Amino acid sequence: MSIWINNDTRLVVQGITGREGSFHARQMLEYGTNIVAGVTPGKGGQTFEGTVPVFHTVAEAVAETKANCSVIYVPPAMAAGAIQEAADAGIELVVCITEGVPVLDMTYVMPYLAQRNVRLIGPNCPGLITPGEAKVGIIPGSICTPGPIGLVSRSGTLTYEVVHHLTGAGLGQSTCVGIGGDPIVGSNFIDVIAAFNADPKTEAIVMLGEIGGTAEQEAAEYIREHVRKPVCGFVAGQTAPKGRRMGHAGAIISGSSGTAEEKFQAFEAAKIGIMRRPADVVALLKARLK
Amino acid sequence: MNLHEYQARDLLKVAGIPMFDGDVASTPTEAEAIARRLGGTVVVKAQVHVGGRGKAGGVKLARNPAEALECASQILGMTIKGLVVNKVLVVPAADIATESYVGLILDRASQKPVFMVSDAGGVDIEEVAAKTPEKITRMAIDPRDGLLPHQALKLALALYRDWAHVKAATKILTQLYQVFMANGCALAEINPLVTTPDGKVLALDAKIIIDDNELDRRPDLAVLRDESAEEPSEVAARRANLTFIKLDGDVGCVVNGAGLAMATMDLVKYHGGEPANFLDIGGSSNPEKVVNALKIITADPAVKVILFNIFGGITRTDDVANGIVTATKQFKVGVPIVIRLTGTNEEEAFRILESVGMSAMNDMDAAVAKAVELAKGAA
Repeated sequence: MSIWINNDTRLVVQGITGREGSFHARQMLEYGTNIVAGVTPGKGGQTFEGTVPVFHTVAEAVAETKANCSVIYVPPAMAAGAIQEAADAGIELVVCITEGVPVLDMTYVMPYLAQRNVRLIGPNCPGLITPGEAKVGIIPGSICTPGPIGLVSRSGTLTYEVVHHLTGAGLGQSTCVGIGGDPIVGSNFIDVIAAFNADPKTEAIVMLGEIGGTAEQEAAEYIREHVRKPVCGFVAGQTAPKGRRMGHAGAIISGSSGTAEEKFQAFEAAKIGIMRRPADVVALLKARLK
Repeated sequence: MNLHEYQARDLLKVAGIPMFDGDVASTPTEAEAIARRLGGTVVVKAQVHVGGRGKAGGVKLARNPAEALECASQILGMTIKGLVVNKVLVVPAADIATESYVGLILDRASQKPVFMVSDAGGVDIEEVAAKTPEKITRMAIDPRDGLLPHQALKLALALYRDWAHVKAATKILTQLYQVFMANGCALAEINPLVTTPDGKVLALDAKIIIDDNELDRRPDLAVLRDESAEEPSEVAARRANLTFIKLDGDVGCVVNGAGLAMATMDLVKYHGGEPANFLDIGGSSNPEKVVNALKIITADPAVKVILFNIFGGITRTDDVANGIVTATKQFKVGVPIVIRLTGTNEEEAFRILESVGMSAMNDMDAAVAKAVELAKGAA
């Protein structure tokens, strides 16, 4: 009952000996995630926590351990290269947690990935978790519980807030996916929602958006056309001031001001349940799951 | 990071893009000297990071050096939308035949740099885009190939039919693309790109935004940041590794994570209050960050209550509690603090707060409602 990660996930942690990487690798191990390898160039041959072999490259890790999923905790300037390395090594799902990746780097990474059979989540994201099976990233396992709700979000702690409400009301989650808040990310709302729509164990979907861009409006249009499962959605930033304007070009390129109100209107047109605040998720889902 | 017009001009000039001569001045006498060197009528333009400079009186025409001195002394030191003008750009008042728009932006949807050009240029370009989108030509560029010669030609032909103009514009577009890629831009805009009666094609005004994520690896760009042109509290926050945006309300907010911070502001409004700021203390849980956050928020006299909303994941809530206790010992906060803490180490956090007679709540809605009520009571 999940998408993309489960008990069969064989995870390699890129940057496993670093400060962030080692901390979160321990958390993921504790959760029960099957971490089969770590990668830090120059530290091949070491062992992490006495159980996880460390390799110089992802290719070596894949050859030795058949890893099929990678999570990246390397510094921003190295993140694009780490993503490309994982893709070249045949990893199917790459999750980049690193925050602060230069956006121009991502304009090179995306066409590189398009030529290979790989899905990227992030960068600048909290990763994903299939409660009770596997956690890839930094979403706290303790707040999640298995169940029928699929959750996709652009933010981190706001995701935790909503999951906390769901779990508290006995609404477990199939998988929670944080797609990241950067301008260019590997997977968007539509990618995740399509996967939830195809997953027989996901009965309802929650999407948490933010102001800026048009990803939420596009997702709403997709939902209107393709999704018959109940969906409810939130947009953070209803009270945000008209943020930093991207010159004239920002408004022209999107044909949209990217405001929360505009996104909520798109939700309404797609019959998506409107969460005016995070706590609304419980009542909306309970009414729709009857 | 926004660049000033004069800084954007410098980057374009280095790349060889033709533009009118001109220079930046910090004092009226400097402006006078520049006007004397340029000769004839000049425009004196305030260098601030806001739109609508002209309407606010920040752009003035001067017919001679004496008038330039007078204009500069009026503009320097004036406040436009809360920001003080420290520099003016002095350029010749141009004789213009046509105005076009050229913009290059990192586009979320196509995940590529995208050119947008229009011969219906000038300041009203957004209106053109809204009412007559067909007048704007767009082109996504694959960064692996760069801007190909025939692509540049196609864009130039969307702007001009005169072959000399087309040739000049083709070169300018190629140079603008180079500036964009070489400087990690999120946006590079020439508005307007003008033709003069004697047949020249020139960049009249430029706007450049650098991707903040580039600054760590590009110290040469990072030094272009002009902190004197920013809200002082936002500068202080950035130095303390906090993301802070000042707003007009009276409920000060301290939150971990940008999404939750925005949702907290929304909830303040939902319960009938007005947020005084956006403040994201980020993922790490250094107590020092909390102290700095409290200092920055309490510096705003409009703040009547401070609301903490912390969802502990990586952030340890006991570290936040320690930060709050440390801050209240270091200086007098002076307004009530409402604390919502949930997640990692929350039992310890509650104990720390209780040991100094403070209390915390578990529920976000309840905490926000209480903060709004306190702000109203104090009003």
